[in-house]
Amino acid sequence: MTPTEKRTTLAGIFAGESATILEFKGGQAVNNRLASMGFTPGARVTIVQNFQRGPLIVTVRGTRVALGRGEAAKIIVERV
Amino acid sequence: MLQLHRHPHIHTRHHHQITGNEPLIALVGQPNMGKSTLFNLLTGLNQHVGNWPGKTVEHREGHFNFMGGTVRLVDLPGTYSLTANSPEEVITREFILHEKPDVVVAVVSAANLERSLYLVAELTALNAPLVVALNMMDVAAQEGIQVDAHILEAALGVPVVPMVAAKAAGVHRLLKVVEDVLIGKVIPCPKSPEVRPDHQQVLDHIRSLIAQHVPDPYPQNWVSLKLLEGDIEVTRMMRQALPDADWNAVHDILRQHDDAYMAVASGRYQWINRLLSAAMSRPRKGQIGLTERLDRWAVHPFWGLVILALILGVVYELTFAIGAPIQAWLDAHLITPLGSLAAIALSTAPLWVRGMIVEGLIGGVGSVLTFLPILVIFFAAFAFLEDVGYMARAAYVMDSFMHIMGLHGKSFLPLFLGFGCNVPAVLGTRVIDSRPARLVTILIAPFVPCTARMAVIAFIAPAFFGEKAVWVSWGLVLLSLSVLVLSGTLLNKIFFKGERSAFIMEMPLYHVPNTRTIGLSVWQRSISFVRKAGTAILAMALLVWVLSYLPNGDLNTSYLAQFGKFLEPVGRWMGFDWRLMVSLITSFPAKENIIATLGVLFGSSAESGLADVLAANYSTASALALLVVTVLFIPCISTVVVQKQETHSWGWTLLGVALMLGLSLAAGAATYHIVLSMGL
Repeated sequence: MTPTEKRTTLAGIFAGESATILEFKGGQAVNNRLASMGFTPGARVTIVQNFQRGPLIVTVRGTRVALGRGEAAKIIVERV
Repeated sequence: MLQLHRHPHIHTRHHHQITGNEPLIALVGQPNMGKSTLFNLLTGLNQHVGNWPGKTVEHREGHFNFMGGTVRLVDLPGTYSLTANSPEEVITREFILHEKPDVVVAVVSAANLERSLYLVAELTALNAPLVVALNMMDVAAQEGIQVDAHILEAALGVPVVPMVAAKAAGVHRLLKVVEDVLIGKVIPCPKSPEVRPDHQQVLDHIRSLIAQHVPDPYPQNWVSLKLLEGDIEVTRMMRQALPDADWNAVHDILRQHDDAYMAVASGRYQWINRLLSAAMSRPRKGQIGLTERLDRWAVHPFWGLVILALILGVVYELTFAIGAPIQAWLDAHLITPLGSLAAIALSTAPLWVRGMIVEGLIGGVGSVLTFLPILVIFFAAFAFLEDVGYMARAAYVMDSFMHIMGLHGKSFLPLFLGFGCNVPAVLGTRVIDSRPARLVTILIAPFVPCTARMAVIAFIAPAFFGEKAVWVSWGLVLLSLSVLVLSGTLLNKIFFKGERSAFIMEMPLYHVPNTRTIGLSVWQRSISFVRKAGTAILAMALLVWVLSYLPNGDLNTSYLAQFGKFLEPVGRWMGFDWRLMVSLITSFPAKENIIATLGVLFGSSAESGLADVLAANYSTASALALLVVTVLFIPCISTVVVQKQETHSWGWTLLGVALMLGLSLAAGAATYHIVLSMGL
């Protein structure tokens, strides 16, 4: 796999897979909320549920978090 | 909502308010950490629920006996962090900084330490006397997580007390530690996380620039961190406090490092991970917990909706199957005899006194209060689902659907509560973070048919539709929900241009419900209902009675009847005569008044008799139109009052009322003419 394929958004990761957060494309208010829920660069995220539409469920820092698809699409990650 | 007799002045800058010598203890913690369980355990019923001054954030405080006196315990709002993203976060940090609690107890979950210590990492920068309550040790053990409180204590520099608040375990040790801190035997010295190394220099630079200008009581270090995090409130404060030259220098640094908030947050998590690598051990992956197994079904896009529908059905069925007979019994065996008794006791009193007490007070307020059993059952079911952790799943599976209205899943929770009563539904919109989404939810909440409206339907529908009444009732529920979706979509399109806020919501672990938490939740919701019945509803009931009595004691010629006759032309669109118009107007104090008013107007007190009388007097078309108007008509007075309180705006409140008035009359007229044209 080439590096560009490894780099995607959280919304593009399938259930059961994991990814490492690289950066955030959203606004600062949302990013602040994400950070307080455990989403920071370098954090490992595991996708619990992603049906390619509707919100996702992920695990980050030991917590289950529901995340809108729009929010997930603004989190740039690297597949692990 | 009541205002507290003694509320903390979160905006007073320079003095620390001490109420006698009573020590002040503050509880802080993220949501789902068992903070409220601990609060309820310590204070029991000796607690007040109100609002923070000027804010629509719940304020809970109480007292308990301790060390031969009492202490004041304030339950600060649950927040994930202390950055000014929401009123909750601002209230929490301002309270700690300005009120200077004698002890700040931070509740964290042993089952979720990494995330829950994030707030502790923030608190260490506030120089508060911190004690950590390491809650949910049982849940952690169940998940195979082991935490060594001693190592954590040494690493944090503050006392750490393991406990299980839901089982009241460890509370005595917590209180002992709190006592030790109060008498100065133990002095917490919190160790603070560093910022990520690549930003240390920037932070030092900012700190040196602001050094002499930070207003009391804000700690310098904390202010520097919050500036780096882009905190709106702190930035505004420092812009005012700093001389222009210094501000410009700070501002330049901040602009160059506009991603620094991530460095601050990462620094905190790195610090937490260092603590935990020594203090915690968790099992290797592969173990499937209870939550994961249940969630395979509960949050599935298809099965999740099926499960939600089943749960809703059961709750509804339970509420009415158990509650409705109790309500009828109370009405027949308590309110009616009480009325007769009062009538006899007051037989020598002037007629208007008797009428006011028997019909206005007992008949009006009394019949509203008979709904309490129905509400208690509904609130208990809701509190149970909330406490076991299911409601977050309900919000999740409804998210896609709520998007139609520009809302997200969180708005579903207050709407669900609306099936019980619209008042707590409007109050419940506080869980929604964005103002547009909250406004839309507040305005559409009254379209959820509450128990009172369902009771009206349950009375009228069988009289006209016999066995088909069940289908008519379901049709009416579906109709009001469709109107709800339609109104929500339109409001969002017209006023908010389809804006949508971020959906980020924790899915707590499922756990065994705590009866005390459920009990108190039911108690508080019921009490606020009773209080409304005693004030707003009482006032309106008396007013309506007075209007129905004046000028000469006969309802048929009263001011109310005259008003009804004046409105009869409008009523004719829907096939209503003046009696139906009057009963509709009297539904404003309380929806179920429709039946009571019709009873008075047709001079029939026996309710079974009234049903027959109605069936003889009105056509099917008029009856169906009446039912349609009833479910969609303007919210009851209590709902309007809380709508005003929560929106802070008469404009939005009246817009909502006007919307419902217009829609209900239009739908009623359409129903009447359609049914007529079908020849029924």
